Amino acid sequence: MSHDHDHAPITNGDEPAAAARAHALEELLVEKGVLRREDVREGIDWLVSRTPADGARLVARAWVDPEFKQRLLEDARAAALELGLDPGPSPVLVAVENTAHVHHMVVCTLCSCYPRALLGPPPDWYKSFPYRTRAVSDPRGVLTEFGVELDDDVELHVLDSTADRDPAPAGWQRGADRGRAGRARHPRLDDRRRSARAQASALIFSRARVFAGCR
Amino acid sequence: MTYRVGQRVRVAARPHEGHHRTPGYVKGKTGRIERVHAAFTNPETRAYGEDGLPEQRLYSVGFARGDHLVYVDIFEHWLKEAK
Repeated sequence: MSHDHDHAPITNGDEPAAAARAHALEELLVEKGVLRREDVREGIDWLVSRTPADGARLVARAWVDPEFKQRLLEDARAAALELGLDPGPSPVLVAVENTAHVHHMVVCTLCSCYPRALLGPPPDWYKSFPYRTRAVSDPRGVLTEFGVELDDDVELHVLDSTADRDPAPAGWQRGADRGRAGRARHPRLDDRRRSARAQASALIFSRARVFAGCR
Repeated sequence: MTYRVGQRVRVAARPHEGHHRTPGYVKGKTGRIERVHAAFTNPETRAYGEDGLPEQRLYSVGFARGDHLVYVDIFEHWLKEAK
């Protein structure tokens, strides 16, 4: 293709390229009837309405109720549902406990899987390449930068939660445990939305606070 | 085969074009089965509009890496029993 004329550089204006791509994709999916604009808006509204408060409630209950803590460690999904919390679509939600002997970090090296339903959107650093690469190669160094100095005899366990699981394994009832009000949904969208958010989730807690990522 | 907690497994070192969820830094590495999750459809084919069948069992596999352990969720078809 010839390009012998002068013009200002072609840009997306102030819109980042990824946002432009997302909008183009949304236009196409709406045009093809795969999803509705309201679905996108509702999905975003739901996501940004989440905060770490629900995760904190889970942990606070575990502090005061040893039997609940045991159930949380065995099946965090069921424990969240027990408190009436929406654990999100991931079929596997794991809670791990920091102790005097073991410290945990969570990372998703392949993208940025995160228990959004319980903790809200991840902080930007959680999605950054430096965090995702260094969390598995130099986790103690990363922790030090966050102000966490572990004694040498504390084991450091890093959880790389990357598996991209189908949200509906055999025996798991679709929709039955959703905390959100039931409403008519486009069935294909429902599948896709679940897939998009159905990635691994892990929740860390200690006696002092709820963790996601490495704090 | 289904692996059990405590078994040593090696992650296949094979290259894979397209979507897959086995991080490169554990390919060819030996680890230990730490948790046995349920079976799920295969994201490698589901990502391209297929049904993802047959389902693959998912495991949490622990790898020793220097001064720390890393737990990675890996699907069964990437694992072989380590001798």
